[in-house]
This record gives sequence, C-alpha cells and structure tokens, in this order.
Amino acid sequence: MPSTAAIDRALPATLLARLLPGRWTVATVLVALFVATPVLTVAVIALTPATDIWRHLYSTVLFSYVEKTLTLMVGIGIGTFVIGTGTAWLVTMCRFPGRNMFNWALLLPLAVPAYILAFVVTDQLEYAGTVQVALRDAFGWKSRQEYWFPEIRSMGGAITVMTLVLYPYVYLLARAAFLEQSVCVLEVSRTLGKTPWQCFRSVALPLARPAIVVGMSLAMMEALNDFGTVSYFAVNTFTLGIYDVWLNMNDLGGAAQLASVLMMFVILLIVLERLARRGQRYHHTSSRLQALPRYRLTGLRAGLAAAACAIPVLLGFVLPASVLVSYAIRFYEKTLEANYLEITLNSVGLSAGAAAVAVVIGLVLAYGLRLGSGAVVRTAVRVAGVGYAVPGAVLAIGVIVPMAAVDNAVDAVARTTLGFSTGLLLSGTVVAILYGYLARFLALSFGTVDAGLAKVSRSMDGAARTLGASPLMTMVRVHFPLVRTSLLTAALLVFVDCMKELPMTIILRPFGLETLATFVFQYASYENFEESALGALTIVGAGLIPVIILAVTSLRTRPGHGGPETAPGAC
Amino acid sequence: MAPHLGTPGLHMLPGLHMLNVSHAFGSKQVVSGVSVFVAPGELVCLLGPSGCGKTTLLRLAAGLETLQVGRIAIGEEIVSDGASGAQVPPERRGVGLMFQDFALFPHLTVFENVVFGLADRARDRRQWAREALKGIGLEAYADAFPHVLSGGQQQRVALLRALAPVPRVLLLDEPFSGLDVTLRAQIRADTFEVLKQAGIATLMVTHDPEEAMFMADRILVMKDGRIMQSGAPAEIYSRPETVFVAELFGPVNRLRGQVAGGAVATPLGRFAAPGQAEGAAVQALIRPEALVVTAEPATTATPLRVVTARTLGRSSHLTLALEADGGRQLLQARVARTFLPEPGTTVAARVDPADVLVFPLAEA
Repeated sequence: MPSTAAIDRALPATLLARLLPGRWTVATVLVALFVATPVLTVAVIALTPATDIWRHLYSTVLFSYVEKTLTLMVGIGIGTFVIGTGTAWLVTMCRFPGRNMFNWALLLPLAVPAYILAFVVTDQLEYAGTVQVALRDAFGWKSRQEYWFPEIRSMGGAITVMTLVLYPYVYLLARAAFLEQSVCVLEVSRTLGKTPWQCFRSVALPLARPAIVVGMSLAMMEALNDFGTVSYFAVNTFTLGIYDVWLNMNDLGGAAQLASVLMMFVILLIVLERLARRGQRYHHTSSRLQALPRYRLTGLRAGLAAAACAIPVLLGFVLPASVLVSYAIRFYEKTLEANYLEITLNSVGLSAGAAAVAVVIGLVLAYGLRLGSGAVVRTAVRVAGVGYAVPGAVLAIGVIVPMAAVDNAVDAVARTTLGFSTGLLLSGTVVAILYGYLARFLALSFGTVDAGLAKVSRSMDGAARTLGASPLMTMVRVHFPLVRTSLLTAALLVFVDCMKELPMTIILRPFGLETLATFVFQYASYENFEESALGALTIVGAGLIPVIILAVTSLRTRPGHGGPETAPGAC
Repeated sequence: MAPHLGTPGLHMLPGLHMLNVSHAFGSKQVVSGVSVFVAPGELVCLLGPSGCGKTTLLRLAAGLETLQVGRIAIGEEIVSDGASGAQVPPERRGVGLMFQDFALFPHLTVFENVVFGLADRARDRRQWAREALKGIGLEAYADAFPHVLSGGQQQRVALLRALAPVPRVLLLDEPFSGLDVTLRAQIRADTFEVLKQAGIATLMVTHDPEEAMFMADRILVMKDGRIMQSGAPAEIYSRPETVFVAELFGPVNRLRGQVAGGAVATPLGRFAAPGQAEGAAVQALIRPEALVVTAEPATTATPLRVVTARTLGRSSHLTLALEADGGRQLLQARVARTFLPEPGTTVAARVDPADVLVFPLAEA
C-alpha cells in the first residue's frame, strides 16, 4: 500500500459544497408537493376542528350519505367482481364461439363514461322511452298504473349502469392474472382429480385474488368519483352531497368537511389496493410459458358462455354506441347549432394542455425517483400520485381553497403597495381546471412513464454518467429517445381521461366555458339528451383510443410479463 | 489489433485509492473495511464469488453508489468521503466503466456510442474513434446499431467507448462473462493488449480465477466483503493463505494428519507444516494437477486403485482410491495428457512437497 497522506487531508470546499441537496432532489420534491397540494389541503381541512356544520349534517343527511355511498360501493364491487372475473375466466380458460372477439370486445365499455350510459339507458327505459312505449303498444296498456316497470333512476339503476362500464377494470386484471398462472399449477390440480369448476374455485381464483381486488378497488374509486350518474339518478352519495352543500347551501367549509369524510373511504380503498398489489408479487408461480389448453365448450354450455360475454358488451357498449349514432345522425344539426365545434375545441385544448403538463411532470418525477435520493423523494412522489384515487369533487375543493388563498394574498399585496385590487387571478380560470386535471391524472402519466423507464437497464444510466453526461443530459440523450412511446401513451391516456372528466370540470371551469362533458350533462339534465348526442359520441370515440391501446398491449403481453403497462394507479 | 490510444503521457496519470471502505445495503453489510490501490498502468483484479461485494466496490469507485464509510481518491482529488457523505458525481470523476451487459445505447449507432463521452469539439478524439474502430475491425459497422453486433463486437465497442474520453481510471465489471466461451480467450488477449497500451489504472471485477490470473498484475481475493489475500497471480495460486483462496481454482484433495516434528505424515508422504503447533490437527491440500500419476507402481510412490478415468481432451481426469490405515479416500487427479488406465488397476502417485499446502484442520 502506498502512502495515504494525500487521501487523509481535509476536504476541499468544492467537495463539501456537494453536500447540499442536488437540483434534481429539490426539483422532484417541489414538483411533487405542487401536484399534491389539493390532496394535502383536504387532509389539513380534515384535521382542522370543524364548525357546527357537523351537528347540522349529522342530524340531517350524514347517515344517509354514508349508507348510500356504501351501498353503491358494495353493489359495484360485487357487480364488477362477478362480471369481470367470470368473463375473464371464460375467455382465458374455455373455447366457445366468439371467444377471440370477446377477448378484446369485453374492454369496450371502458370507453363509455358512466354518465353517458346513464343518459342513454334512461332515455330508453323511462316512461316515454322506446322500451315502455313498445310494451304499452304490445299489451294495450294505457297508463303507468297498469303495469310494473323498474325505476331506472334509482340506486339499483346507478349500480347497474356503473357496473356495466367499470367491470373492464376487473376483467383486465383478472384475465392477466389467469394468463400468468402457470399451466402446470392448473394441470397438476386437474391430475389430482379436481373438476374444472373446483380448479377455478380452489386454485385459479385464490391465485388471482390480489389482481381482482386491485381491479375492484379501482372500479370503486371510479364509483366514488362519479358525479354525473348519481346526480342524474338523484342518488344522494357523498360526492353529490359535497356539491349540494357547496353550491346550493353555499357552504365551502361544510363541503370541505364532507370531502374529508369521503377521503376516509378513499384511504380505505388505497390501503386495500396496496395490500393486494403487495400480495400480487408473491403469487407468481412457475415461469413456464405455454399456450393454455382451453376447455372446449359445446352446445348449450357454449351458448351460455357466449351469452355471458355478449350481454355486458351489448349493454355497456353496443347499446349506447348505437343509440348515440342514431341520435347523432338525426340531431347533428341541432348539436352543431349549439356551438359543437367550439365546445369540442375547448375540450381538446384543455385536455391537450393537461396531457402535456402531466407528461412533463410525470417524467420529472419518474426520473427523479430513478435517480433515487432516499425516503423524502419517494414519499413526495407517492403523495403526488394519490390524486388518482381522490374523487373529483374532493380535489376541486383542494384546488379552490389554495388558489383562493393565493389570489387573496396577491390582491392584498397589490392593494397595499400598488393601491388597486387584482381581484381573482387564478380562481375561475383555466389554470384552476388544468391544476385539477393534473392533480387527478398525474398518476396515470407517472405510472406509464415509470413503467417505460423501468425497462431501460440501469447500466445505461451508469454508462452515460461515467461518460460525462449530467443527470439532465442523461435523460435527454438516453432516456428520452428510449421511452418516447411510453410518453406518447401517457399523453394519450391523460388526454382521454380529461375529455371524459365531468365532476371537476363542472365546478372549476371558468364562467361560460363549456366542454363536451358539461355540454352533454347540461342537455341531459334538461331532458334534451338526443340533441347533444354528437357530443357524447365524440367523448366515446375519444374513449376508444386508450381501449385500443390497452387491447393491443394486453393481448400482446405474454404471460409472466406482468399486466398492461398502463394500469392506472401504478405508482 | 489493439488500437493505439494516441495520447502521449497517459502512463503518467495517477491512480485510484480506496481507503477503509465499508458499505451496507439496508442491514446487509456487503463491504467491510476494504482498501484498494491501483497504480497508473496497473491492472488490479477483484476476484471472488458472486455477492462478495466486488461489484459494489466498483460502483463506489465510479460514484454510482454513495460512499458510507471510508474515502476514495482519484489521483490527487478526493472524490468520495464517507464521514461527510460528500461525493463528486460520476460525470465529474473521469472514470471509465464497462458493464457486464456492455450497456451500449440501443438508439445510437456504433460510432455515436463510441463518441458519446466526447465533446463535439474534440475533433482529434473523434478522429481517434474512427481509427480505433478500424483498429478493432469494426469500421464497416460504424453506422450500424449495436443490436446487429455479436457479443464479442459489442464488448470491443463498449471498451472503446469507455476509453474514448481518456479516463483517469478504468473500471471493468465482469468484462468477459457475457461472451461465448470460445470467444473469450481471444477477446481477453485483445483487451489485455489495449489496456496495456492505454496505461490507465484499471480495476477489474471477476469471479473467474483463470481470467484474473491472465489479466491482472495484482489480484485481491474477496469473500463476504473482506479482502482475504492480495498479491501477484502466481503468489495467489502457489501460496494461498487460506483454504478458501486455495479452493478458488477448483476442488482440492484433502489429507488429514497431525503435526509431529514440524511435519505431517500422510499416505502420500511427509510434508513440512511450518507455523503449525506440535500435535495440531492439520489438513494437507493437494491440487488435482499436483498429483504426478504413473502407470508403473514404483517403490517411492503410493499405490492407488483407479476408480474412473475420463478424458477432457487436453487433459485426463482420474478418480483414485487411496486405501490406507483401513480407510478408503477418493483423490482427484488431473494429468496433462491422454492417460486412461483401466478402472480397477493400480497406479502410482507422487507429489512434490513444494505443491502441498498445509492448513489447520479447523479451517473450512
């Protein structure tokens, strides 16, 4: 060993200066905090002692909100489990006519926002709707009193409608889980004398349980988020209650308190999902890949299987799509007269803006996390992604409150120093709506970009860094070209979700600004739904984009390679 | 074959110092108090089984892991200080690192890969890169993408890429393990030439003792995050200080005995046991290639019964039964020629006392 005198000397100041947190750490944490502010705001409100709003709510509606919300969640949980898991099992494990088509077609209802299906179903099933008119004609009934018909604008209706468009979450994840299960495990259980049904119950289902629970919790998060359906059906859930207290009673504080209670449900779902995801990792069995030997179904059983797969697709996609198409053809002139083009441009502009910001921020966070600066960065990034699980109504409050605070602060400063009022700079502008979209959909872009980055070998980073590239240059020269596809996918996913978004848009939009979602909702509320059909059809058309992406990637995904890279809430 | 680096005075570049370095991942200690010095122009090899901490040391030297304990200097500059946590980032260290998977950028051409670490202004180095590609016979692939190259070609491109910015220290992580066995020897020889001409302080990590012997000026044998022994390759092979180091080069024959009169008596002869206490239980280790096996039973040799005889091409592998003191022990012998006695026949074996390594029995 040579002399170590040189190495033992005092540290030079240039080296000590490097002890300060790096630019990336600071940037990542700040950006994450910015995105998380709405969620954190609601959390702070939840922890702040409440006013007497509680007594008022408690004596009036609180119990009803809890009961309705729980009923809705449980109903949708059961519904999506039965349809999603059942159809996933049929298409992965059985052979029957139409199986190959159902494999992707079962994803289609994902393109239809729940509120649009609600409008279509109501339009068809109400007293003046196609179905009842046909029944009255057929049986000669004259009035409502002469026959019984289920009331679609009810809790049952809301559960049915939402289940029909949300089951694909469970279907997608359950199917991926069934595909991942090694054939060996299933074959072993069959050689041990189990019937196919017993295999399903005692082997396949328990192995797929974590994936199924993740799917169900995602569906239930969407159900909590829903405003359009419950409002149209007058099902008084928490989300509706928030709007009621806020907009009708004009009590933002009360709405915020309600939002904080709703957050408890969300946290419950997040915990459920996280636990399930953790379980998922231990449930991979052997990695032998093989084409699954499918049970061939014949005769009546094949017919039943095909019907079981066809019904959700017909009700969840074919029915609304065909009704919308026929209305759009009949009433498109009315829609165009109602400024359809301008409204579409508004939607596209807002969604594209939000998508661009979400992708840039998603990349910054995913790359910041990859550079890895310990628990602070990891926590910040995780909190920034929580918005995906938080209902739009809650996030809207989380956006309004800090923005109003900033506006007031700026206004106060301007008044004292400049002598005039700046008024509201941010509240009620597109900034608020973009902020809301970002807070809610960042997880989508982050998850997609993160999954893309994970495919880039870590030694690429090491090679670029030791060759003299700074972290930023490494991202620009190495990662950016390698994850371009993921960035595009991320942008598309955020874009489409913003196009469909209703609950936040309806509150946060600037006065007079109409998007496709608010336009369709307004017309439906005035019982003029058919005149907005072209708008609704546009939303469904945009919604098909991610469904196609999902179908292509998940059909290509080989067993053992994990689920689709675009699974939401993946961070 | 080897491209000349073409920059005068490279051999004057200072070396790499790692002093009392320790590192843990969570609660798992992977490196414990290791010091490494690599002089300019020297090639030092970290040799050890997977999980012994050798790759972590390499990543610490490159700055890809944050140093927890100890200090690292490159030349005169302190680049990592464990006590304060201060670190020079990897891009400011002037180190070249070659990865086991080569880590060529898939979206860049071969030439773009090689010049990745060069500033656009460095025209003479870019010219050097062109000539160096020619030197390794890959000029035709300059505009091709890495995925069309064979493993050996990728390895050479990765090495050029690491050398192009003229690093002060070159770090090689299992540089040959990704290659076909048939290619390995040739590429190893070529790489050796390139590195010798470059004259850079080089720290290489491998689990292959043969590779370490071939490449290294000095070998540091690592186990469980500690350095077991350091020395020239011949020294590591012929004078291992522990059973672990002795067994790095393959399984050895063990003969047990007790020290009497400063030596241990075994069925194969009496061997000096320097440094062992009188009466201590010891083991004499004899490498399979140290057994000299002959067909004719000679009076000076110990008779052994042939159990199996297999040819490995260049050498023959024998399993021999040693029947002595009422016991039966199997010995492995490797003979550097085709020598296949019938199983059941008797052969004679001798061993040069200089090839016998005596260790306390307690040592595993």
